[in-house]
Amino acid sequence: MKKFIITVLGHDAVGIIARVCTYLAEKQVNILDISQTIVDGYFNMMMIVDAEKAEDVSGMSEELAKLGEEIGVMIRCQHEDIFNMMHRI
Amino acid sequence: MINIQEVLETNKMIEQENLDVRTITLGISLLDCIDSDLERLKKNIYEKITRTAKDLVATGQAIESQYGIPIVNKRISVTPMALVGGAACRTSEDYVELAKVLDDAAQTVGVNFLGGFSALVSKGMTKSDELLMHAIPQALAQTERVCSSVNLGSTKTGIDMDAVRLMGEIIRETAELTKEQDSLGCAKLVVFCNAPDDNPFMAGAFHGVTEADAIINVGVSGPGVVKTALSKVRGESFEVLCETIKKTAFKVTRVGQLVAQEASKRLGIPFGIIDLSLAPTPAIGDSVAEILEEIGLEYAGAPGTTAALALLNDQVKKGGVMASSYVGGLSGAFIPVSEDQGMIDAVQAGALTLEKLEAMTCVCSVGLDMIAIPGETSPSTISGIIADEMAIGMVNQKTTAVRVIPVIGKTVGDMVEFGGLLGYAPVMPVNPYSCEAFISRRGRIPAPIHSFKN
Repeated sequence: MKKFIITVLGHDAVGIIARVCTYLAEKQVNILDISQTIVDGYFNMMMIVDAEKAEDVSGMSEELAKLGEEIGVMIRCQHEDIFNMMHRI
Repeated sequence: MINIQEVLETNKMIEQENLDVRTITLGISLLDCIDSDLERLKKNIYEKITRTAKDLVATGQAIESQYGIPIVNKRISVTPMALVGGAACRTSEDYVELAKVLDDAAQTVGVNFLGGFSALVSKGMTKSDELLMHAIPQALAQTERVCSSVNLGSTKTGIDMDAVRLMGEIIRETAELTKEQDSLGCAKLVVFCNAPDDNPFMAGAFHGVTEADAIINVGVSGPGVVKTALSKVRGESFEVLCETIKKTAFKVTRVGQLVAQEASKRLGIPFGIIDLSLAPTPAIGDSVAEILEEIGLEYAGAPGTTAALALLNDQVKKGGVMASSYVGGLSGAFIPVSEDQGMIDAVQAGALTLEKLEAMTCVCSVGLDMIAIPGETSPSTISGIIADEMAIGMVNQKTTAVRVIPVIGKTVGDMVEFGGLLGYAPVMPVNPYSCEAFISRRGRIPAPIHSFKN
C-alpha cells in the first residue's frame, strides 16, 4: 500500500469532502479512513488514503493544494512516513 | 494507525514553528580528479561535480513535495582543495581558477553554496596549503557560492600558530576585498579546531579524506519547535524541562532521518550522517537565543546563559541520538549572532558580549560565529581571537570555529546587512589591548597532555 495523509484546514462549507473525494476517485485513490475535529473554530479533516492504484502520485500534493485554493481551504497531502517516523518508535 | 492529533501536531510544527530540514549536503570526493595539468584538473572537477550532483536539487524538491516538509538548502561539499590542487597549482592564482570552476559547477547544478575550498593544517602547512590560503581572499571575492574553511588545530596535534597568524591576515584581506558588500567574503570563511569530516553545514563543510566517494549528510533544524514546546512547561522542574527538549529533539531528528534515507535511496548515494545541530535563522521564532529566554533568561548573555546552553545542547543530543542510526557532523546548538534575531537583540541590549559568547562556545558547537567586529581590528587581534577559540576546542576535545567579519569602514554600534539566511548584525566591540608579541612567535602550541591516550 502507498498511504498518504490528506489534511484539510479552513472554515466549514458545503461540499468540501465531496470535492476532495471526487478528485481522489478520478485519480483511482482509495479512502481508508476519515476523521475530523474542530480546533479553535477551524474545520480540520484528515483522510488516510491508499494511492497504490493511482498512476502518478507525484503531482498529487500540488493538485490538491490548488483544489484547496479554489474551495477556500488549505489542503495538504503528505506521505504517511513523516508521521510514522515522528510519532512511532 | 496515525491519529488526527499527531498529524495536526506535525503540521503545526512545519507551518507555525519553522520546522524544516536545513540542508541536504552531498559530499563528493575529488581525489580521483587529481591531475598535474591545471586545465585537465579543472575539467575533471567540473565533470565529477555536475555528474554526481545533477539530480540533487530535483530530488530534494520531490522529497519536499512527498512529505510536505521544507528542505531549505541543497548543497555540496568536496575534498579539501589543497589536496586536490597540490599537483597542478603552482601559484595562488591557479587556486583562484579552481574556485571559479567550483562556483561554475555549483551554479550548473543549482546549489546555493559549495564548501571545500579548504586546507587541513593542524600541524603544519605544505606549499600547496599555503598557496590555497593566500588564494582565499581573491577566491571568495571572485565567486558567489564557494565557501572556504581551514582546520588550524586539533586535540591530537595541537595548534599550528603559524597558520593562525596567517589566517588573521587572510580574514582581514578578505574583508578588504569585499568591503563594497559589508565584507561579505568573511561570512563564507571559517577556521576550525577539530573540524569534522562530515559536516553538512556551511561555511565549514568539506568532504573529508576518510569518507566514501559520495555521501549524503543531512542537517536538521527546529529551534522554533523546541521553543514552542518549552513555552508549555514554564515554571516546571529541570527534569520536565530536559524531558521536553529530548522528546522534541527526537521528533525533529526523525524527520531528518526520513529525508536522509529517502534522498539516499533516490540518488543511489549512501547515507552518511544526520547532524543534530539546532540551527537558527533570522526568521522570527527560529532562534536559539529565544529558547534560552524560554528556559528563564531575560536575554541570552545574562548570568546562567552558559549553564542553560549546556543543558540545551546535551538534551538535544540525547533526544537526537536515538532518532537516527548515524549521528555526526557538528551536532550541537549553533549560536551565530547575525543569523539569530534573539542574539541580535541581546547584543543591542548590551546583554551579550564577545567574551560571553566565547564562554558559551565551551559547552556547545560550534564557536564564534557570524560576529561583526570593527573594520580596523588588527590581523594580530583576529589571530588572538582565533587562538583562544582553538585552545578551547583543543583542550575540550571538541570542534570549535571562528567566523568573524571585520567590517571595513564600520565601527561599534553600526549595523551590517548580509542578506538572506546570513542575516544582519550589530558591530561588536573587541578588547582593545594587543597580543601582537604572542601572535608573532613562530611554531605551534603542543598537543595537550590528555591527548596521549595510547
